[in-house]
Amino acid sequence: MSKKLIELKSISKSFGACTVIEELDLYIRENEFVTLLGPSGCGKTTLLRIIGGFETPDRGQVFFDGEDITKLPPNKRQVNTVFQKYALFSHMTVAENIAFGLRIKKKPEDFIRERIKYALDLVNLSGFEERMPASLSGGQQQRIAIARAIVNEPKVLLLDEPLGALDLKLRQEMQYELIRLKNELGITFIYVTHDQEEALTMSDTIVVMNRGVIQQIGTPESIYNEPINAFVADFIGESNIIDGIMTADRQVVIGGQTFECVDTGFEKDQPVDVVIRPEDVELLPPDKGAVTGKVTSVIFKGVHYEIQVMSSIGINFLVQTTQYFSVDSLVGINVIPDNFQIMHKPKSEDEQILREGEDHENQ
Amino acid sequence: MKTNKMRVLSIPYIVWIIGFTLIPLLFVVMRAVTDPKGGFTLANLFAIFDPIHRKALILSLLLAFISSVICIIISYPAALILKASRFSNKKIMIFVLILPMWMNFILRMLSIQMLISKNGLINNLLEIFGMNKMSLINTPYAIILGMVYDYLPYMMLPILNCVLAIPDDMIEASKDLGANRWYVLTKIMIPLSLTGIGSGVTMVFVPSMTEFVIANLLGGGKIQLLGNIIEQEFSVSMNWNLGSGLSVMLMIFVLITTLVFGRTASQTDRGFVI
Repeated sequence: MSKKLIELKSISKSFGACTVIEELDLYIRENEFVTLLGPSGCGKTTLLRIIGGFETPDRGQVFFDGEDITKLPPNKRQVNTVFQKYALFSHMTVAENIAFGLRIKKKPEDFIRERIKYALDLVNLSGFEERMPASLSGGQQQRIAIARAIVNEPKVLLLDEPLGALDLKLRQEMQYELIRLKNELGITFIYVTHDQEEALTMSDTIVVMNRGVIQQIGTPESIYNEPINAFVADFIGESNIIDGIMTADRQVVIGGQTFECVDTGFEKDQPVDVVIRPEDVELLPPDKGAVTGKVTSVIFKGVHYEIQVMSSIGINFLVQTTQYFSVDSLVGINVIPDNFQIMHKPKSEDEQILREGEDHENQ
Repeated sequence: MKTNKMRVLSIPYIVWIIGFTLIPLLFVVMRAVTDPKGGFTLANLFAIFDPIHRKALILSLLLAFISSVICIIISYPAALILKASRFSNKKIMIFVLILPMWMNFILRMLSIQMLISKNGLINNLLEIFGMNKMSLINTPYAIILGMVYDYLPYMMLPILNCVLAIPDDMIEASKDLGANRWYVLTKIMIPLSLTGIGSGVTMVFVPSMTEFVIANLLGGGKIQLLGNIIEQEFSVSMNWNLGSGLSVMLMIFVLITTLVFGRTASQTDRGFVI
């Protein structure tokens, strides 16, 4: 395992009466692609700005390579930021923009020219030296912003929703570009986004945040397949979150119907949250399956259909399937035991807040 | 259809500018290149190089220049402070800035006259503290004070507009790339607000250069700016031809400075200024 490059210790930050980050601990390893993922207002951008030096935490410390940098201004930190709105200097050419950091460090002009060429090659914009930022498309501007940051050879690159303003196709292209860049440069990326697909595609590690509190840290696979609570399950992809009761090991009751699952270690008759991914709900002919249901809506989504099914046990299921079912048709519903995710109901105050937040967003 | 409607809408302004600007300007130019008998001459134009006129022109240029610089020195830091203060109520800001303009111009100048006159408030205070009286009134300094007082809002507003429009993330990006405060100011803030400084300078420098009322009130008629000389040619000496000739030359100087500042501003937009 590579060493810890950035370490945040019990960071708290509030703006006025509004607490944005609360008692947050996090470390980031060298050469990791870490994504801070969460809904807007979850504190992810503030956290990035604390690492960049644009905000000072109210409490807690920031360590960089073992050194306390909590009070260090941004111009003295070995990190560079790629801003959401690119923030290119509109009065300078592309070359002048890229050279900005190097000129401050008083590097020789020959070296600067070489680095500009190298950086433009890296972001596939060779020959753009003399262009003005305003004459470039959004995607090109973002590449220049990335080039401007990486020529300084930062140990960490901070990216604040850098693809947010781009259209879908360009966003997907840039995702691959960023992965390639990260591999070629071998530096640490800290990436902020609210887009779960982006997070799953690019990250080595995802940090899911809500209301200034870290919900779960893990690889994309573990976060998607084993969400730790209903918030994570709901935020990463779509989910059916259903109230259930564990009547015994490997046995959960939903809407009066007993289903087989793989979870053990719950108390008898303990209320739980049951999470089922929409793609894990199988629709069968009405005479098969554990329960029956009636299709209430069908939406074509391109790769699959998104189908709402009202089941005979009174629970509405969201289903994703490539097979077409017409509205009002009767179906059988089945979920294999592996695909029931059983979660504890929120107990602690923190978790309760999270649930409330989630309810709030659903309104 | 649309362009026809636009043409109709532009009629009031066209009538105005032809009636009150172009035709009078034509009269001025015609008088400038003729003698009182109506014969063609360039003497009225070259009269600008007479020692007295030349001296007045240079003084006008100098006072207008100094006033503009002082206005920048007052306005720019104030704009930076207002930007940093996150005091976002722009309406109140602008209200406070143009508040002095609510007072009558003559009244303002007379107040300054009272303040700096021989037995005015400032000299009384100096006397109380046992210092020597200063002779401020009837000096070029008094005229500069009056010009700065009168024209400051015209410098302040365009600069403030420009500085407030600089995106915060651009400033953060420059700090992120290692820029200290001085570097941010000289490489980001000032280049990006040159347009505002340019239009501020135009709006202060041009009227300062043609100024004569302030010079009359605070200069006591002893300081001769080119504006005063032109005024006297029209109202006292009744030599309208010479007055027109000097006016045209002043206009040419104003035009040159406007073009110079205008060019600086438009170049920054394209990013050619270092």
